[in-house]
Amino acid sequence: MTVVAEQTPTFDCRIDFADELITMARADERIVAVCNDSVGSSNLVKFREEFPHRLVNVGIAEQDLVGVAAGLANAGFIPFVSAAAPFLTGRALEQIKADVVYSDRHVVLCGQSPGMAYGELGPTHHSIEDISWMRAVPGLPVVVPADPAQTRAAVRWAAASGRPSYLRIPRFKVPAVTPADAVFETGRATRLAEGGDLTVIAVGTMVSRALDAAALLREQGVEARVVNMTFVEPLDVAEVVAAAEETGVIVTAEEGLVSGGLGAAVAKVVAEHRPVPVRMVGVPTFAPTGSTSFLLDHFGLNADGIAKAAREALGRS
Amino acid sequence: MTALDIAPRPLELDEAAARAYVERGAGLRAATPAEAAPELAKIATGIRRDVLTTIQAARMGHVGGDLSVTDLLVTAMWGTLRLDPFDPANPERDRFILSKGHCAAALYSTLASCGFFARERLSEFMAPLSPLNGHPNRVKVPGVETNTGPLGHGFPVATGCALGAKLRGESWRTIVVLGDGEMQEGSNWEAAMTAAHYGLDNLTAVVDRNRLQQGARTEDTNKLEPLDDKWAAFGWEVRIIDGHDHQAIKEAYAPSTTGRPVAVVANTVKGKGVSFMEDRVEWHHKVPTDEQVRLALEELSR
Ligand SMILES: Cc1ncc(C[n+]2csc(CCOP(=O)(O)OP(=O)(O)O)c2C)c(N)n1
Ligand SMILES: [Mg+2]
Repeated sequence: MTVVAEQTPTFDCRIDFADELITMARADERIVAVCNDSVGSSNLVKFREEFPHRLVNVGIAEQDLVGVAAGLANAGFIPFVSAAAPFLTGRALEQIKADVVYSDRHVVLCGQSPGMAYGELGPTHHSIEDISWMRAVPGLPVVVPADPAQTRAAVRWAAASGRPSYLRIPRFKVPAVTPADAVFETGRATRLAEGGDLTVIAVGTMVSRALDAAALLREQGVEARVVNMTFVEPLDVAEVVAAAEETGVIVTAEEGLVSGGLGAAVAKVVAEHRPVPVRMVGVPTFAPTGSTSFLLDHFGLNADGIAKAAREALGRS
Repeated sequence: MTALDIAPRPLELDEAAARAYVERGAGLRAATPAEAAPELAKIATGIRRDVLTTIQAARMGHVGGDLSVTDLLVTAMWGTLRLDPFDPANPERDRFILSKGHCAAALYSTLASCGFFARERLSEFMAPLSPLNGHPNRVKVPGVETNTGPLGHGFPVATGCALGAKLRGESWRTIVVLGDGEMQEGSNWEAAMTAAHYGLDNLTAVVDRNRLQQGARTEDTNKLEPLDDKWAAFGWEVRIIDGHDHQAIKEAYAPSTTGRPVAVVANTVKGKGVSFMEDRVEWHHKVPTDEQVRLALEELSR
């Protein structure tokens, strides 16, 4: 269970995503939204009302979706492709690789409702592989906002970057975790809690749960540093190395497949720069039936699970 | 409730229902379409009722597409194909694939009616650790041939099944049912070419042409028309029918006589049978209240 108090407000980041996109579209005529029968599920109905000619809906056709976006970029637009993360990243993987990234087109790929946000709809609709798949495309930034403020910052950053990027927009409701003075820039992590015994490096929906785990660990006499690794690619190498050198133990937490995701990215840096014990909290396999909350608890993607991994890594289980 | 409190219970054969299916199904298959139609209609009404109570229990589901596809499902499984609930992997069985996997509630209800598992188990739809996931999983649900849910997958797989039967020189046939919005996926048109190229006259592809997709009408999203001409141009024999007329459906499911694969464009109504759901886009996956379910069941008992 998570210990986020009942009254802590939580947010569906799709709302902030759409709101920020509308604000930006008012100022920049090049911004267009590209959908796959996903206007409602991406919360882009208002965008369509305000900019009826700047929302392209290709229907249920993800390969076409990404190819069309690349063509729109060629024609001078900045397309925000907004589709359920599993279909965007899985179905259109080669379009993402060849048409967008290898061709270096400024297309912003927005994976909606990622992780296990689709709960009972099952593994076909879960997007646990997207971080791994997107990491495997050379040079594609993989951005995983953790809350509304980061979602808005990511949209602004992606529009200004001039390069392709993948944004993983949470739907499962998350509390605000980002300090007001936090800087959002390429490859930059945010340190959210200080502690000398170990570091928990988390992304997206797991960031607030990592903070909850740190609170649990503190009760048990363990001081955990908590880092929000917003950019899984390019990774904040200095922050990972600092975690290894200064705290000696690392736990990673992500609502995604353990192989190839954040944990793997962190482990690579640790292995090359400063080998220390690493434990990875994530989704091990295709999920059984259940709601998002149920499945997060089922796989230990909660404060207890992260704290348990921390104790194991410290040899105190 | 935690995962540890609930043991996933496998789905098991419902022997009585399976025996009834084997007997009654044989009669319905042998009957003329006109003779079989009234009984198929009766079964379909039962399935629609089960779909509603299944979704009511789960508080989730895709009711509009479930109700538009029901008559197509029932006529395939009860009135046309030889399925084997006693041995779901019987190599001689006919193959049925629901490519529009979001309509799992209709598929599960129909499979249960054939005895693949007990009808009571429908109340576990989407419950924690239930084998009855929101999209069908062949590993957990007997009678399911392939896992669907991402649109545009079932048709290529069905094409492979039909090609496999040809390569083996066997006489079983394959029916695949697709959503009309689903036809926007390019993979379907790739399969259409493959099936025509290999002359798969043992394959029938059925489009549930309810003219709605998730967020809008198909023709306002990325239009499909002229759909019949498209199929014909891809080398298919095309049959256009009323997808709620059991006699017409059974006739359209008759094997090909041209040596070409058969495309059935079944004109349907999304939400069919429940007046306030019919042809309304919001009922794609809106969940009816208990009162709405009561009203719907009342309409379906008339
Ligand atoms: C590849 C893929 N893209 C998007 C979706 C999301 N989705 C689920 S159902 C649906 C609409 C389907 O429309 P249609 O095929 O016409 O089905 P029906 O009207 O019979 O419900 C969409 C877009 C999906 N399941 N798979
Ligand atoms: Mg439809």
